[in-house]
Parts: sequence; C-alpha cells; structure tokens
Amino acid sequence: MVDHPSDSHTIARYESTRGYTQGKRALGLTRDELIEEIKMSGLLGRGGAAFPAGLKWSLLAPARPSYLVVNADESEPGTFKDRQLLERDPHQMIEGIIITSIANEVHHAFVYIRGEYSKPARRVQAAVDEAYAKGYLGKGIFGSDYVLEVTVHLGGGAYICGEETAMINSLEGKRGEPRLKPPYFPAAKGLYMMPTIVSNVETVSNLPHILAMGAGEFSGLTGNADTGTFMTSLSGHVNRPGNYELAHGITWRELIYDVGGGIPDGKGLKAWIPGGASAPWFVPEEHLDLEITKDATAAAGSMLGSGAVIVMDEDTCMVKAAERVIRFFAHESCGQCTPCREGTTWLEMILRRIEEGQGRAVDLDLLVDVSDGISIGLVWPPKMTTICPLGPSAVSPIIALRDYFRDEVDSHVSNGGCPYKTQTRETSEKTSEVDRPSDKDLMPSSERGSGGRPPEVAE
Amino acid sequence: MSRWSEGTQERARQIIARYPEKRSAVMPLLYLAMSEEGYLTGDGMEEVGRWCEITPAQVLSVASFYTMYKRERTGQYLVSCCTSITCMLLGGDDVLHAVEDESGVPHGETDDDGLLSVEHVECIGACGGAPAVQINYELIEGVSPEKARQLVRWLKKARPDVVNSDEMQALFGGRTSFDWGISEKSGAIGPYPAFQPLGTVGSEAAD
Repeated sequence: MVDHPSDSHTIARYESTRGYTQGKRALGLTRDELIEEIKMSGLLGRGGAAFPAGLKWSLLAPARPSYLVVNADESEPGTFKDRQLLERDPHQMIEGIIITSIANEVHHAFVYIRGEYSKPARRVQAAVDEAYAKGYLGKGIFGSDYVLEVTVHLGGGAYICGEETAMINSLEGKRGEPRLKPPYFPAAKGLYMMPTIVSNVETVSNLPHILAMGAGEFSGLTGNADTGTFMTSLSGHVNRPGNYELAHGITWRELIYDVGGGIPDGKGLKAWIPGGASAPWFVPEEHLDLEITKDATAAAGSMLGSGAVIVMDEDTCMVKAAERVIRFFAHESCGQCTPCREGTTWLEMILRRIEEGQGRAVDLDLLVDVSDGISIGLVWPPKMTTICPLGPSAVSPIIALRDYFRDEVDSHVSNGGCPYKTQTRETSEKTSEVDRPSDKDLMPSSERGSGGRPPEVAE
Repeated sequence: MSRWSEGTQERARQIIARYPEKRSAVMPLLYLAMSEEGYLTGDGMEEVGRWCEITPAQVLSVASFYTMYKRERTGQYLVSCCTSITCMLLGGDDVLHAVEDESGVPHGETDDDGLLSVEHVECIGACGGAPAVQINYELIEGVSPEKARQLVRWLKKARPDVVNSDEMQALFGGRTSFDWGISEKSGAIGPYPAFQPLGTVGSEAAD
C-alpha cells in the first residue's frame, strides 16, 4: 500500500514528488520519439476497449488543429477508479494531458467529466487553474512558445457520452449519439471534424510515470503481455471494496479473497462481473483461478473492460441482478438503433415479469432470442448490429442466465416469483424478515454456494 | 435583450470563450439557465439558444437527451438514490424506500413545498461505498435506510443554503469508496452540479 497524502490534489504536493518534470521534458522530445516510447511501454487504453495508446497516437491524421478529449465520463456500473484519480490526483492527469498534447500537436484539450461528479470537477478545475497560474498551461507553457488551453466540461448524465464519438457530439453541443465508424473515426474526423485523440483518465494518468521510469521498466512491471499496472474497482459482496492498483496477472481468487478480503459473513461466491456491467459474468468453478489478463479473460469469453469487478454472494438472485444490469442499458440507450432501443427494453420487461412471478416457461428462450437480435449468436466480443457497443453489451447477463443459472430462472417460473425475494417494493421495510428459500427450491444442495451449475448448457 | 442578469450574462460570455465554437457551450449554459430559475424553462432554453446561435428546437433536442437537465419544477434539494447493480446488492432499494417514506415523495416527484425532489438513478460511481445517495449531486457514501431518514429530516429542518458532500458524509455517511483526503466547504445551492465554470481559455487566467 502506498501512502496517499491528504493534500495529494494540490500542485505543491504534486511538485514535491517531481510532478510536472516529465511534462516539461516532453517539450524537448519529438512526436515520433514520444509515440515510440508509449508504443514500447505497451500501455493499453483503460477506458474499456484496451486499445494500444501509442498506436492511437500514431493513427492521428495530419490535418490541424487537432484536439484531445480526456474521457472522464466514468459511468459504467461498478466503476469508480477515475473518480479517485480526478479527485485525489488531478495534476497527474494534467501532466498526462500536457504529454499527450505535445505528442499530438494539440493546443486545446478538453476534460469531459460526467455531470454527477461535481466535486471531482471542482478539484480538476482548481488544479487546472493552479497549472495556469504556474505557467504549465496557457500561452507558452514552461517558458516555451507552446500554447495549451484546457477546458473542463461537465456532462449531463448520459452514460453513452463515454463512447468516444458520442462524447464528441456532446462536446459540439449536440445530442450525445454515437457516430458511425467509418467514416467518423476520431483520429481523422473527430471534434469539429478535425483529428482528435479521446483518452481515458487512467490512460492519460499513466503517461508521466512511463516517461519517468522508461518504457522498459513500465512494461516489465508484469511478467506477461499486459504491461504496467491497472486500476480495479472492487465492489459488491466483498469485505474490502475499493480501488486497487495491481499488476496484471494475479488470479481472480487472489483479487476477491486476498485483496478483497473474501465474501462477508463467510458466504459462498456465486458469480462476479469481471470488467464492468458490459462484461459477461464469471462463475467460481470455471474462472476463479484464471489470471487477470486481457487475453485470458477474452479466451474465457469476457473482458476486463473498465476494470470494475462486482462480486455477488450465494444469496444473490441472478434474475434480479440481471434485471438491474439490463435496466441500466435500457435506460442509457440513446435510441438511434432499433435492436438496442427495443431489445434492451424488452429484456428488462421480461426479466421483471419473471422476477415478479409472471414468468413463463419459455421466457429464458425468449430472452436468448431477443438477445440474439441485438448481438448475433451471443458471442464475445459481440457481432455488431448497432452503431456502438452499448446494445450488444446489454446481453451479457443473459449469457450468464443461459449458461449457468437456467435452473434459477426456471425456479422463478415454477415458484411463481423470486425465491429470494429480498428488495422489492412490495416487501418494503420488512425485507430482511422474508424467508430465504430452501436449497431444494433452487438447485441441488451440493451445488449451492459454488455457483449452481445447471445440468446442461443451451446452445 | 437578455432576460438574464448582467452577472449571469458575464458568466455566459466567460463560458462561451472557453470553446472554439459557440454551440459547444450549450451544456454549461443549460446549467446556468437552471441556476437562474431553479429548473429549465422554455424561456431559459430560448435564451441559451440565442447565446449559442442555435434554434430553441436544437436546444430542446440537447436538453431532453440528458437526465440532469430538469425541465419540470424541481425541489431545492434533489435527492438521488442509486439503485444500480452494486447499490442494489447492498441495500440501495431499501435506502430509496426509506427516503420516499420519510419524505412522502415518491421517486420521480417533487413535494408541494418545492423543497424535495426524489429520484432513483443509475450508477453514480460510488460502488466502493455503496449504497450511495446524492443531494444536488453532492455525494454521500455508505448510507443506511435509517441514516437516509435522518438525512431527509435534516434537510427539512435545517434547510441549508449550501449542501456540501464532506459535511453530509460526516453526518449521514458510512464506508467510502476511498479516502477522501482534505475536506472542502464549497457545495451546491440548487438541483444542479456545483461547478462554476471559470475562464480557463485565454491568458487572463494565468495572470
């Protein structure tokens, strides 16, 4: 554990730890040198898509002006790492902005912060003001003739604006609807139709450290292909939730039981979401000893995404959990594409009726069928039917219900409602008094607490 | 002729100066319009359109896309209870019900006094301290149903002019997502984010 001083957000504290030395040093490096260094570091984008950061820079079209948009629209359920980076270490991000801007000949950068993050936004604005006052931002940074303006922009409460082209539309003062790629790749036709880099807060915050330690040392922090460290937001049924900066390659068991301190009250682990609400779920008997790397997670049919890990204990109703995740996507769908707009809404309604005891025996097949209309074949990574990945991401809980929790869906239908019945409106304040289901109502007792595998997996 | 005060107009000019194109200022100006009238009125949207040089329909198309632009009368205190996945797992629904019960305001509605609005919201990035509640987007983490009731009673009785995340966390919060570090005093004065956009474009900010 690294000590985190209570005034880490101030420029005085940041400079006392050699802050801004790499931003200043970057002025003396060429675009090619900077791109090469970041490519060699192996840094992957930390917003969810894990796109190589150096490659992104090298793809920037030559037209100018170019822009940088830092994606601080963190809204993926389970994710709260960027909030900490914004609130506690804003200067680290600003130095990363300086480095990215110099490498990509950017003279105006934007920090797009989700609207609900008002305190983080105040912290970032105060830090930007401090950097201007010091001459690290503005006209002639660090005594050079390089101009770099930074505008802090507040979102309006729309998850979809975290999608890079939607973010660009939003910054242009339009509805935050994603644009079709091609032709609207930000690197070529981005903000105001000019070449634009869109980078996550954590990605940008890594840059001062990569320049300081060198690409070789950064990539050597792990012994595998996923270089450097990553931030994970651990939440749900764990004893020690929180943000943890870890080296890639530890196992899920180590993350949940050693880092997270295990499941409260000694309960069993039923499932976890490995990379934010968009990611297909993992279950202990298949995935607990997998290494946390991009490739191992992809091979198992999911992704590390935003780094958010949501842990669910043995008493969690999977139908209810699925309904809550899919409700999010239905609410956040921008409505442009029919499969997403209609599909997510239907999935939410069908799940709710199962949860409330109105389910039918065919409903799971219906859920899979509707999902197939949004994400053909329910494979991961998904086959796109839509402009952006929001819709296809929404079916991830359905994959889990189909593959691991078919019995639990069936028991909802045969019992005429949720056998767990914990937190519905009807039960109001008396929720904790409601009887838990007996094992036999749900699944064979031998499988309780270990994920409850159904006997067979549907195609 | 603007219907905004000279001070508000000056802030509008500062905001617009931060962007390469006027239209990009529509989102901050919508918050500015809300701060003038307490929520977003048709007149407010027309005014934003004039500043950004776009039509009222274009302003409405933006305002209606985002959940934080409230186009109906909203209480002095907007109570937003997270019921997204992690908060739900840890009792967020019970917190919402406690707020509704104590305030007498169902989610999605505002009381007759214009004091409290209650809503349930999707993930607000406080999962490590779930369940979480925001008052005018000032965050409180680790809220229990009983603390939520106390919070509602406090808002009704104390009626603070400024609500502040650190103060409310100390009074009604529990476990946080991370160590918050030094506390701060600034906070929200209405149902919109407490973020005063200052002129960071241009050299005057560096002086």
